[in-house]
Amino acid sequence: MTIFVDESTKVIVQGMTGSEGTKHTKRMLKAGTNVVGGVTPGKGGQSVDMDGKTLPVFNTVAEAISATGANASVVFVPPKFAKAAVIDAIDANMPLIVVITEGIPVHDAASFYAHALAKNKINNNSKNQIRIIGPNCPGIISPGKTNLGIIPSDITKAGVIGLVSKSGTLTYQMMYELRDFGFTTAVGIGGDPIIGTTHIDCLRAFQDDPNTKAIVMIGEIGGDAEERAAQFIKEYVTKPVVGYVAGFTAPEGKTMGHAGAIVSGSSGTAIAKQKALEAVGVKVGKTPSETAKLMRQILESKG
Amino acid sequence: MDLFEYQARDLFESHQIPVLPGAVATSATEAKSAAEKIGGKVVVKAQVKVGGRGKAGGVKVANDAQDAFEKSAAILGMDIKGHKVNKVMIAQAAPIASEFYLSILLDRANRNFLVMASVAGGMDIEEVAHKTPEKLAKVSIDPNVGITPEISAQVVKAGGFPDDVSDQVAKVLRQLWQAFVAEDATLMEINPLVKTSDGRVIALDGKVTLDDNASFRHPNHAQLIDNDATDPLEKLAKEKDLNYVKLQGEVGIIGNGAGLVMSTLDVVAYAGEKFSVKPANFLDIGGGASAEVMANGLSIILSDPSVRSVFVNVFGGITACDAVANGIVQALNILADKATKPIVVRLDGNNVLEGRKILQTANHPLIKQVETMDEAAAKAAELAAQR
Repeated sequence: MTIFVDESTKVIVQGMTGSEGTKHTKRMLKAGTNVVGGVTPGKGGQSVDMDGKTLPVFNTVAEAISATGANASVVFVPPKFAKAAVIDAIDANMPLIVVITEGIPVHDAASFYAHALAKNKINNNSKNQIRIIGPNCPGIISPGKTNLGIIPSDITKAGVIGLVSKSGTLTYQMMYELRDFGFTTAVGIGGDPIIGTTHIDCLRAFQDDPNTKAIVMIGEIGGDAEERAAQFIKEYVTKPVVGYVAGFTAPEGKTMGHAGAIVSGSSGTAIAKQKALEAVGVKVGKTPSETAKLMRQILESKG
Repeated sequence: MDLFEYQARDLFESHQIPVLPGAVATSATEAKSAAEKIGGKVVVKAQVKVGGRGKAGGVKVANDAQDAFEKSAAILGMDIKGHKVNKVMIAQAAPIASEFYLSILLDRANRNFLVMASVAGGMDIEEVAHKTPEKLAKVSIDPNVGITPEISAQVVKAGGFPDDVSDQVAKVLRQLWQAFVAEDATLMEINPLVKTSDGRVIALDGKVTLDDNASFRHPNHAQLIDNDATDPLEKLAKEKDLNYVKLQGEVGIIGNGAGLVMSTLDVVAYAGEKFSVKPANFLDIGGGASAEVMANGLSIILSDPSVRSVFVNVFGGITACDAVANGIVQALNILADKATKPIVVRLDGNNVLEGRKILQTANHPLIKQVETMDEAAAKAAELAAQR
């Protein structure tokens, strides 16, 4: 099994007619993702050829859902228009919204996240809950089944590890190093200060997924999401978890690439995160390859 | 982006938040004329983006304009916790009856905004939160609802503000919210918010952080950038749209993806302990890593005089390793004899064998290929120590 997505997931791409949207729609199709259409306001009724597959374009997410039965959306819309695109998806009750766009103002992310919460409260039943992944994330992949976003699909295979990470390339690095064991699902949750799906959401889902045997959690400086995840692991997770935190040597007050990756005062340091994780029995690697080695030892000892 | 106090003061004023007359000065002479304009007793305040300036002697009361000249001359050029004082703010001195605290900030954990209010103002709020948490009221704000009159009244009540100021504080809070939204801030803090002896409520000192992601809808925010403090290489990198942060070290770092580059800095720092060298910078060239971007990145790093070796750490995902290798070779061709320092390259991921072969065939005298990230970091550190 997988988490949040599987081979039956029907995907639309918001911003499909833009250059990034087109490029990655083709890649997603090649990876076996069931992409059924796209949304670009003002271009409804057109169709786009994606390396031999013709996909319809709709003006709104609601139209796309009613015509295709889509149950997930991947958003490549530029920062300026991303909030409107995500709100459109929320208003259409899209169950899964994966926001790839980098550089969305945090007030916009806060606003669409609050809008989704309000919508979920109105649809007070578990079947209609909206999940947002991202923004500023590489997406979610279940190797061999489906790939929503920009994670390379050919660096690993289906397997037994669940992975959750704030960082894109570190995710790829880890997937590649552990490719002989493979992954149930890998989720890039994004490096922005406000994100829809957290480490905790993924840890819970991996714990509940019978096929996931062990979990890799990758964090980085900024905020206290890793500390909260450690607390959650203590309370809920019985599967082995291996952790890695990037940014031990990052100086205070400098943003390291991701809008959320900043040490301010004593908060958000890598060492605090490492200590919190180790205190609840999570083995934390000093480097990505050491982290992969720790996971390898766990899986090999399990047979 | 963090603002100076005087910039925060101006921003508050433009959003009708009550502040005292004040002006910024970069010389004692400017300070004197600012003090003359304001008249009477003034406060000379060092403009540094770090706390604890009062204790460091960066805030002084001046009795008149001549005194302001002298106090400014003493404060300008001071070093406060590694921050050089290039500017002072001259502010009217106010007779203070009480000091409060008020702020709105991004709440990452709850993914909304948070108002904090306290009647224990004037000191370090982290200390108040730690020692007397009951004195700090915290109220979550729904971004799509904002701070309504009901919520501002609730905050004032929870913070225990005295009746004679409660309406004024509630009004300041609503204005602060307007400013917070209008300017795309992630932090607006007033500490202290004071009651003067004649009963007025005034923002005496402010801290503001603006969201860089929102700069596309605030062209005027560009003028708030502190060019004095911006490293020249960081400025150059920004012009080329590169994500670069200057650090104090000898090993230049280029990688693709923020997390991988952060991780590379750590691995180089560990490896460098033995050789007493450190990473010289953070540079993320993104997923694509085209030849042009690679060349721009390399040329910035090679122009840093403290760099003695370079570590290029790339994971080939969407852009496979052969394309990245071609990019490195082309970049070195573009740079020609401007490339003068050893470059350790570690490639991994898609088409890694093809990528490594391209670099071997190119046989560039500066390039050393190492297969793993840890070994490559050690090699780059060793080369930096040799030069």
